[in-house]
Amino acid sequence: MDKLHLDQHISHQFNLELEEIRNKVLKMGGMVEQQVANGLTALLEGDGDLGSQVAQSDFEVNALEVEIDEECTQVLARRQPAASDLRLIVTVIKVITDLERIGDEAEKLGRFSVDLVSAEDLPSYRKDLRHLGELVRSMLGDALDAFARLDVDAAIRTAQRDDDVNREYETLERLLATHLVEDPRQVSKLFKITWCARALERIGDHSVNICEYVVYLVKGKDIRHTSFDQIRSEFL
Amino acid sequence: MSVTADDILTQPRHVELPVKDDARDAFERLTETVGTVTVADPKMRTEHVDVFYGEKQAIFDVSLDIGNNEVIAMIGPSGCGKSTFLRCLNRMNDTIPTCRVTGSMSLDGEDLYGAELDPVLLRARVGMVFQKPNPFAKSIYDNVAYGPRIHGLAANRAELDDIVVDSLKKAGLYDEVKDRLDAPGTSLSGGQQQRLCIARSIAVSPEVILMDEPCSALDPIATARIEELISELSQNYAIAIVTHSMQQAARVSQRTAYFHLGKLVEVGDTKQVFTNPTHELTENYITGRFG
Repeated sequence: MDKLHLDQHISHQFNLELEEIRNKVLKMGGMVEQQVANGLTALLEGDGDLGSQVAQSDFEVNALEVEIDEECTQVLARRQPAASDLRLIVTVIKVITDLERIGDEAEKLGRFSVDLVSAEDLPSYRKDLRHLGELVRSMLGDALDAFARLDVDAAIRTAQRDDDVNREYETLERLLATHLVEDPRQVSKLFKITWCARALERIGDHSVNICEYVVYLVKGKDIRHTSFDQIRSEFL
Repeated sequence: MSVTADDILTQPRHVELPVKDDARDAFERLTETVGTVTVADPKMRTEHVDVFYGEKQAIFDVSLDIGNNEVIAMIGPSGCGKSTFLRCLNRMNDTIPTCRVTGSMSLDGEDLYGAELDPVLLRARVGMVFQKPNPFAKSIYDNVAYGPRIHGLAANRAELDDIVVDSLKKAGLYDEVKDRLDAPGTSLSGGQQQRLCIARSIAVSPEVILMDEPCSALDPIATARIEELISELSQNYAIAIVTHSMQQAARVSQRTAYFHLGKLVEVGDTKQVFTNPTHELTENYITGRFG
């Protein structure tokens, strides 16, 4: 089905329930995007206060996950949804898990940014982290946009950008390893920077998951663990 | 800087919902059934069936196979023709004077309207269970024995007893009535009466069992027992069930056929129809977007 008509049930109440769930997911997506942005800013600009705030705000993301999960369970119990409605609920349950994990990764960025405030002698990493961070932020934003618009093309193209993220991450890893060898006294800070880079790379992976769920929701096809060549030939 | 959820919401994503489709347009554009109507080695085959009540056409060019040992569910809104189509399969429509059926229908390759095929025997081979349980005003025993007696299926009383007991067991009713086979069939509960009707169909060794909303008059527990019975029976018979309950269709059938205003819109694997139907009319119906 290309057109999901999510708001056109005979039952107005059911429309409202699905709309409420959808709005909460978009809200959760927005919160998580902001957390990632703030976490990155804190890291790159050495803003410990912002970093602490990000770390302390993660509970709000978690609370929203629990709330949406409960609402989805109620819909399953009371409405026995089928076809696109069923796929929407299944998708939402999966998407919020990935959003919550992204929130956790953002929390790490916030937390480590506090420790790395004094890492003034490691400026080159900020440039590489900034680039990786931008790639990941834009992927996450586009994945959430694809979900909001139920846009399969956008979802697939966004998912493909994970290759760029992975390449960038690997480059950064090699760079960090080189510096660890050159200056072992920085081991603690270098590890934290590595973990930040890893957190960003994981956000990219979670964004790919969200894109895959969009395809499942719209097309009814589970493309997880499928090669991009196969996906391209079928959908693009 | 404090970030609140309200801050996030002041920059909402632009959400474009799809343009509403006109269901009537979709229906008028439908020229052939979506999905595969045929099966390999079918028990029954119908091709290009039209049904008329007087001048009014009720079924439009429906082709559908019923497979061996499968349960096929027929769903659709009221008045869509699913019961009319079901009644074609054992020529029950012959009993309606204004009804005219055209097209080709066969059981094991034999034309249902062929000269060689006796409609009375057909209705033994293709049995029917109705929405409202309709036991005869006879004893439980005689309800089940009636068909075999009429068709001369038992040489003596002992054989008849065997048929009755066997049928009641297959219908999952024997244990509850074995001590009162002489009691009137009408003294049973609704669910038991329906199982009695199923036993009555089974007693004449059918090959296909047609069920027209068999559970709609029953409570949930009786319904669950009938559904369990359908699952067991399908090992030996082909079953076509018309139902208003989509959840029931999803539970009991392997294939599902969706009818709309006399046309067969879509037929497919039940799992696929209920998770990702192909035609938008099917999608609209099973998600409750229109009745």
